[in-house]
Amino acid sequence: MAPLKTKSMLGASMLALMSSVAFAETELTVYTAVEAEDLSRYAETFNASHPDITINWVRDSTGVITAKLLAERDNPQADVVWGLAATSLLLLKSEGMLEAYAPAGVENLDPKFVDGDNPPAWVGMDAWVASVCFNTVEAERLGLEAPTSWQDLTDEQYRGHVIMPNPASSGTGFLDVSSWLQIFGEEGGWAYMDALHENIARYTHSGSAPCKLAASGEIPIGVSFAFRGAKSKAAGAPLEIIVPSEGVGWDMEATAIVAGTDALEAAQTLVDFTVTQEANEMYNVGYAVVAYPGIAQPVEHFPENLLDAMIDNDFEFAANNRAAILEEWSSRYDGKSDPQ
Amino acid sequence: MSDATLQNVPSGKSIRGKLSRDDIIMRGSMIVIGLYLLITMAFPLYAMLSKSFSTYKFDLAAYEVQVSDETGTNFSQPVTFADLNETLNVVAETDLSAGSDGRLGVTQFFPDFSFRSPVNYRLRNTSDTGRFLVGSTLNDATDWVELDSNTFRRVQLRPVEARGLDNFRTYFRTPALSNSIKNSVIIATVSTVITVFLAFWFAFALNRSCMRFKGFFRLVAMAPILVPSLLPGIALVYLFGNQGMLKELLFGATIYGPIGIIIGSVFFTFPHAFLIISTALSISDARLYEASVVLRGSPWRTFWTVTIPGARYGLVSAAFVVFNLVITDFGLPKVIGGQFNVLAVDIYKQVIGQQNFEMGAVVSVVLILPAIVAFTIDRLVQSKQVALLSARSVPYSPSPNARLDWTLFGFSSLVAVFIVGILAVCQFAALVKFWPYDLSFSLNNYQFDRMDGGGWGSYYNSIKLALLTAVIGTSVIFFGAYLVEKSNGFRTGRTLFQMFAMLPMAIPGMVLGLSYIFFFNNPSNPFYFIYGTMAILVVSTVTHFYTVSHLTATTALQQMDREFESVSASLKQPTLKLFSRVTVPVSMPAILDISIYLFVNAMTTVSAVVFLYSPKTSLASIAVLNMDDAGDIAPAAAMGMMIFYTNAAARILHLIASRGILQRTQAWRKR
Repeated sequence: MAPLKTKSMLGASMLALMSSVAFAETELTVYTAVEAEDLSRYAETFNASHPDITINWVRDSTGVITAKLLAERDNPQADVVWGLAATSLLLLKSEGMLEAYAPAGVENLDPKFVDGDNPPAWVGMDAWVASVCFNTVEAERLGLEAPTSWQDLTDEQYRGHVIMPNPASSGTGFLDVSSWLQIFGEEGGWAYMDALHENIARYTHSGSAPCKLAASGEIPIGVSFAFRGAKSKAAGAPLEIIVPSEGVGWDMEATAIVAGTDALEAAQTLVDFTVTQEANEMYNVGYAVVAYPGIAQPVEHFPENLLDAMIDNDFEFAANNRAAILEEWSSRYDGKSDPQ
Repeated sequence: MSDATLQNVPSGKSIRGKLSRDDIIMRGSMIVIGLYLLITMAFPLYAMLSKSFSTYKFDLAAYEVQVSDETGTNFSQPVTFADLNETLNVVAETDLSAGSDGRLGVTQFFPDFSFRSPVNYRLRNTSDTGRFLVGSTLNDATDWVELDSNTFRRVQLRPVEARGLDNFRTYFRTPALSNSIKNSVIIATVSTVITVFLAFWFAFALNRSCMRFKGFFRLVAMAPILVPSLLPGIALVYLFGNQGMLKELLFGATIYGPIGIIIGSVFFTFPHAFLIISTALSISDARLYEASVVLRGSPWRTFWTVTIPGARYGLVSAAFVVFNLVITDFGLPKVIGGQFNVLAVDIYKQVIGQQNFEMGAVVSVVLILPAIVAFTIDRLVQSKQVALLSARSVPYSPSPNARLDWTLFGFSSLVAVFIVGILAVCQFAALVKFWPYDLSFSLNNYQFDRMDGGGWGSYYNSIKLALLTAVIGTSVIFFGAYLVEKSNGFRTGRTLFQMFAMLPMAIPGMVLGLSYIFFFNNPSNPFYFIYGTMAILVVSTVTHFYTVSHLTATTALQQMDREFESVSASLKQPTLKLFSRVTVPVSMPAILDISIYLFVNAMTTVSAVVFLYSPKTSLASIAVLNMDDAGDIAPAAAMGMMIFYTNAAARILHLIASRGILQRTQAWRKR
């Protein structure tokens, strides 16, 4: 990769130039929900070209980080959010907590990955996509056929053998529910979930748990996301990752500047970096679908037809109807959970 | 001054002892520790209570709208949504209350709305507090915004803050939420009955029979105290889950739900019930048994007329303690509760899952009520028990009875197998490579750095927290207890202090943790700086476990004669010197007990700290929770067992240390 090399050499000479001029080092507090094992790699890649900016990570699961950001509404502690679900960022945007900014090179990204406003309030990094994890060993033992569509999952043979995340606590669970409402329409979506509910063993709190439970054979079919399934498969679990034929819901990890940051310039530098080809290649290590078109390399164990199966997700619908959808969901399925 | 002048002086105010420097120091210190309790408990609880009344409402009168005709340029007179609703009645009054994330679409106010029509709309807030969204963009200015009908369809009104009982109304109107009250009470009641029954016979076997291996059984019975309450849940998954070793024993019933919660609750509350009942059974009076024998009472009759009444306070107290532990426990139902909702988990789901802090506060208020009732009854019962002992009592010592002894031995063995079995299953699960497909042993599950939950760092954080809690907590609590017990006068202050010191026991950990968010995570709070640090974890843990430690300390101090204080005063020695030279050495056994109690609980606690840890201060017990949550059950078991071994080692160290220190400081007890 010749261009990259020259770029980093340029960066190095720039560094040499700049260090002769005294300049202050900037610290950025960055909130993130990116997996812990990826964070140091992200920071290192960024610092290779921008050694003058230090990143202080604050990492937790999507729900906790969103709660933290909302709780700090009147006195934000974060400068930048790098790697949080777009639906969460929309929530922050609707609270007026994001600083709109068009990073240099944003026009190179797939427009699906950029906020519709101009300048955009957030820009996407990569997508995580819903999938079904199917344990072939347990399925054979129980005599279950492999499902190929969402509708298949309502079949009677799967009664008690399907597990999915609770949309009220899990972002993955919510993207499933909102995608069914978009695929089947409002009425059809709820009818589908009514039927599916009959087959669900239980609803988990976290989004990755269903796939891990499928991997360990506890419940043979887990509604989860492809990234998690590929990881479990790589670890040796007898899993098949199924992409339902009706299409799958997805959400993206995205980046935004928190309004009122006192390090706006450094924050913009960081966000500029997050849309570069270099950064997207970095995301590609774990995620098969990234915002920069045409560069994604296939990731091991990822289903091939995933990109085509992604539905045309209406994030605004998901964010603005979240409270109402969850209320309806809880009254239908959570209230039923009386002692058997 | 002569006598004559004295007589001329009018009689002044009655003589009041002048406060000595000592008294001032002691009262000052008492006020400081009292303030500590006020800031770490009373204020946060108040903040939480006020949060539960904070509601969100759509204020329809705060928006004005204008509609154009087909040309899109001639607009009608402005009207508010409240006016429109009055004529159309599309939104009922009860639907106007919402959560903080509530949204209300506006097209329903225009029956003939079509997003294809050329009609334009103008919208504005009539006051600064009004807020509405166009798509996701917040609009809180009072200027007119002109929108075409396709964009107008994307307008959502946002609720504004208000105060009232709406949250509680919503709570009781939502079955998914209010059913949890019933669920929690059922679980707690059933667990209490089973635990107290088992613990009673176990304690009976150890105190009233001549069976063998009593020391071993006593040791086993205390083991559950050393692990987080989540651990039995994890073991039950391996035993009775769908891939469980013994799942046939459940005959198709699922372990995820009430059955799992009850079995796990029995495990983790057993030692608490056993300790209380054992104490009650150990102080029985042999003369009553002699009397029963002389009166030709059958053993059965003796049991019901002597043994049970003698232990009744212990039984009642144990029952309420267990009830309280189960209803406030969060870890176990989180792991094994499945779809069975209970109050403590609801708080977590509302706050962490849905960011609905207000509803979390409401559930907390609901959870406090049964906890306070159970706590109050327990305190009343315990205060009566002291009067039961008399100076003339003769200690009862059991005589061998082969049949009874072996029956009780069999029973105790079953209980021991249950306790040891749960721990052994966890250890086994932690060492297996990939249950149930690859049963070879490996240490893969101990590579915590590759999982969520903070890795090995969280384990070291836990040890740091436990040590800090033990050292700081013991110092503060013991000194506080000393001041209450031994200072002179200042009665109101002492009573108040005593009351504050009892309160933490009635406050569930989840509630304490949540109230800390409301109180400390507030930039205008001068203590804001401790939020997100190790300090807030230490403070919350010390406060959470304050009461039992305080009671241990006061009991020990009550055994010391107040004459020590008088003697030291007459020798003109400062009280603090007496405290450090006499009181502390004499009370060393109690001080060591308090510190190990705080250490062990700081290692295992989940409930209070789950809302307060930050990525830098993640804890081992939280890591167990998070790894289990993410589906990494085997590593969760591995970390849980690390906590067990650490606590066991701490207990052994504590035993050795107490032996050594007791020999040096308690030699005076022996002649």
